[in-house]
Amino acid sequence: MLALALALAAWACGHGNAHELDLSAGWVPAADAPAAGTKLHTPPPPFSEGIFPCSECHEPDMPVNTKRRELSMAHQEIVLKHDAEHRWCLDCHDATDRDSLHLASGEKVPFEESYRLCGQCHGDKYRDWRAGVHGRRSGQWDGEKEYLLCVHCHNSHAPKFAPIKPLPPPPKPERTP
Amino acid sequence: MNAPDTTRRDFLCTLAGCAAALAGACGDVTHTEFFRSHFKELTPEDLDGILKKIERECETKYGKDVDVKNTPAREGVQFAYALDISRCVGCRRCVYACVAENNQSRDPVVQWIRVLEMDKEKGIDFEHANPYYDAETVPRPGHTYLPVACQHCENPPCVKTCPVGATWKEPDGIVVIDYDWCIGCRCCMSACPYGARRFNWKEPSLPADEMNPNLHVLGNRPRPKGVVEKCTWCVHRVRDGRYPACVEVCPVGARKFGNLLDPSSEIRYVLDKKRVFVLKNELATHPRFYYFYGL
Repeated sequence: MLALALALAAWACGHGNAHELDLSAGWVPAADAPAAGTKLHTPPPPFSEGIFPCSECHEPDMPVNTKRRELSMAHQEIVLKHDAEHRWCLDCHDATDRDSLHLASGEKVPFEESYRLCGQCHGDKYRDWRAGVHGRRSGQWDGEKEYLLCVHCHNSHAPKFAPIKPLPPPPKPERTP
Repeated sequence: MNAPDTTRRDFLCTLAGCAAALAGACGDVTHTEFFRSHFKELTPEDLDGILKKIERECETKYGKDVDVKNTPAREGVQFAYALDISRCVGCRRCVYACVAENNQSRDPVVQWIRVLEMDKEKGIDFEHANPYYDAETVPRPGHTYLPVACQHCENPPCVKTCPVGATWKEPDGIVVIDYDWCIGCRCCMSACPYGARRFNWKEPSLPADEMNPNLHVLGNRPRPKGVVEKCTWCVHRVRDGRYPACVEVCPVGARKFGNLLDPSSEIRYVLDKKRVFVLKNELATHPRFYYFYGL
């Protein structure tokens, strides 16, 4: 009992410093992430050069082929490693409007808001991203924050991060003989 | 006994004069510097003089315009930091961004962030952690990475132990060091349970073209030999509303920073919604640096 009292006293002393948070106004829980679908300011999508608008090549009268196949005319560089068993191009890209993406509901989504498309499956990441917690953060901690699109960091066709070369380790301290 | 010829006051004045002369002879230490007050008791004029002197010295040494600030803590701001260890890949981009931003010595190498590589099987185990790992690519299979720098404790043992009060916790929670007041005894280093403090054993070397001219007097201004330094959460940036350099550089977005008192800050979101822990919780240092699992 005495030990407990002493421990409590020590704890109280440890907490008695001037920088303790003032909670006299009561504890306010953290704010929720902005609602899904909220338009956030993001830089333009990172298209490879000359790839957009897609309609330059995909003309409206081009037949729509939804079949899974080895691509031979274009886009051979794309290796699909994103639930490849279940996904194919037109699950995300819109067949009637090639310069647009679409949600599972059929609603069209511009490339500038591709996060809404990603967020259909990755809802938890989408929520954290809206709150500023998932993804690289820059801008002001007390003001305008810079958001990146999912595709600025993740390749949409193979989203897993590739391993990278680490920067050199610090020198080991010399041992005295 | 006869009254002495010299009064106590005269004696002390002479002694002070001698000390000042000696100090002057020893190096570039002015009378004002030698007899200056503790940082927190400086008059605005004295502080201004100190900032101007650092600016002059840096401009002579590095040949570029520098700005030495003393931006004070903001009212209603309590900083905290969070790091997602489920994302960190151990690439050390943060370490080098920190060195570039904070003017650490390049030779000898001084780095404020140490990235520990741990065996996944052992969990978080400092005994077997390796800060010297090198590999073609990271993350190495079976390993997890834990970057450690100053934890800006609520109850900082380094501050308690400093015999001269050269290190203290600012009102916004940043633990700072006055490099002019530090006597280099390294008591703070032995008191810190996180190994976050570094000592300048030799004259720091910093190439002029790599020197960051945006300086804070309690932060990244070039340090002399014989003083202790450590992470300040980029005090020169964060008091201007910017993020620390390590937050902006992290390629996997593992680093989060913000104001604890703002319910809409990233840091509060992490504390409320993620699984969070602090290092060496049992020591009751109450770090303001939180590690979390974001996945």
